[in-house]
Amino acid sequence: MTKPRIIAGIAIAALIGGAAAAFAVIWRPAIATVEPAAPQSFDPALVKRGRDLAALGNCNDCHTMRGGKAFAGGLPVPTPFGTIYSSNITPDPDTGIGRWSEAAFRRAMRSGVDRAGHHLYPTFPYDHFTNVSDEDDRALYAFLMTRPAVHATAPRNDLKFPFNHRFVVAGWKLLFLQHGTYKADPAQSAESNRGAYLVEGLAHCGACHTPRNALGAERTAASFSGGDVENWQAYAINAKSPAPLPWDTEALYRYLRHGWDPDHGVARGPMAEVVSNLSSVPADDVHAIAVYMSSVFGAPTQERLRQANEMRAKIKSPPAQAAQGDASGASIYAAACAPCHESGRPLPYGGVNLGLSTALSAPDPRNAANIILSGIRPVAGERSPIMPAFADSMTDDQISAVLKYLRSRFHNQQAWPDVEQTVRDARHSQTVLLQRDKP
Amino acid sequence: MMTLKVNGHDHQIDADPDTPLLYVLRDDLKLNAAKFGCGLGQCGACTVIVDGKAVLSCVTPLILLDGKQVTTLEGLGTIEAPAPIQRAFMEEQAAQCGYCIAGMMMRAQALLQRNPKPSDEQIRSELEPNLCRCGTHMRIIRAVHRAARLMDSAELSPAGQGSAQ
Repeated sequence: MTKPRIIAGIAIAALIGGAAAAFAVIWRPAIATVEPAAPQSFDPALVKRGRDLAALGNCNDCHTMRGGKAFAGGLPVPTPFGTIYSSNITPDPDTGIGRWSEAAFRRAMRSGVDRAGHHLYPTFPYDHFTNVSDEDDRALYAFLMTRPAVHATAPRNDLKFPFNHRFVVAGWKLLFLQHGTYKADPAQSAESNRGAYLVEGLAHCGACHTPRNALGAERTAASFSGGDVENWQAYAINAKSPAPLPWDTEALYRYLRHGWDPDHGVARGPMAEVVSNLSSVPADDVHAIAVYMSSVFGAPTQERLRQANEMRAKIKSPPAQAAQGDASGASIYAAACAPCHESGRPLPYGGVNLGLSTALSAPDPRNAANIILSGIRPVAGERSPIMPAFADSMTDDQISAVLKYLRSRFHNQQAWPDVEQTVRDARHSQTVLLQRDKP
Repeated sequence: MMTLKVNGHDHQIDADPDTPLLYVLRDDLKLNAAKFGCGLGQCGACTVIVDGKAVLSCVTPLILLDGKQVTTLEGLGTIEAPAPIQRAFMEEQAAQCGYCIAGMMMRAQALLQRNPKPSDEQIRSELEPNLCRCGTHMRIIRAVHRAARLMDSAELSPAGQGSAQ
């Protein structure tokens, strides 16, 4: 054999080996279709359990269009890589998951592969759902298979190259999908472990509250340090929490269960749907989440407790000195904000004292700008918070002025950079959102 | 002292910049159509139009109104010559106690200026911030549809009345 032929032989062997390895990473078999199971073939108790689990997993939030049929998908989810549309997870045999067996459903939850063997994009948080037990997957499957089937095909994803090719996801999984990230800690109580199982698994809290890397994977080293979700900031929910008063188990429980806490205010933005779901699940599960998350926040330091006490005293007394910044901010606050936020009326109908508002102590004013622009629409039939929208009565400059005033009046942190730009961006994304929501 | 433009007239107002527009309208200008309901921007009884948009006057301080055009119900029409929106609300008998109705009409007017043929869903969604305790909601929705038709025919006649700025 000549030298070039040996080299060629090695190259071919390497290519074949590489192709085989790539094939092994990428290729997943289809799982045979099944005839859609009759709804009455599922145990009602299992369906009920699945219903609660689906609420804990906030499934309806992504898999339902605003005002659309439940679980029929089609909701656009903007990502840095393009727009992904959520899939139809009703039991429709043609456009939903009606022909999926339980094994196919479990594989999707655990490994992010659909019935036909395609890799699913990790906007479907299987990096968390991989922790869900077989038993819970069975209950979720029973619940979904007993929902009304809706014939609806989601629009095609609009992704940039190379992300429009699903085999790229196989590489992503190789790098970032870890199985078994939840393990019960024998040193912790059963309740705390239950909370950890839910938080790290089905409830997928980190999907919003953990920052992501350039490839869209959660930076596990920075778990719960705060992330971005659409045009909102998901606050840090660990020791880095910007909340003026520290969170503890009872405050977390009240907030998650009822949607507000007197020391922290109301849940809004994308968190509103989460707490709405959590109001309907077994209270024990919400309490377990609160217990576990309270350990993630950690016990407050002495310095943090001192600052909290200072804030408690401060909000009871009138401002000692005029806040810095433009006088217009103070005038706007006095007429537009103070009637509710200084009325002392209890939440959720009165406004939280803004000294307690995490939106104002947060690293950027995005959430505060969103809320001023669009207000908080009460939820029909629920005891829910309400705030008027100011998009039509205030210009971007006026909203910026009031934000700067609020920051300096209530919080000692440094001024926010580029408030005007944040407000412009917020108005732009709100306009898009409102158009999308309008029937 | 600031100049406040209301219903096409300039008014010199001597009030603090944080004074709510509603107080100036009612107390200084004696324009009593806009009502004080909750004072918190939660009921809609105080709704007026500012530069074409429905705004809650109880939580809108004067400082936000520099150079803007305020329209109240008095600026749309009179008892003798009611505007289409007012005629429509009368013809549908949409008022019971009537306290919310001025605000309802102003928000509906702003909607119709933007969208001359709103759907039922759009009317419901738009009027959501305005509360009615008597329960004439169905009549209110009918009145808004009727106003849309009246405005449509008013535009065809040369003596079209009652269009807000």
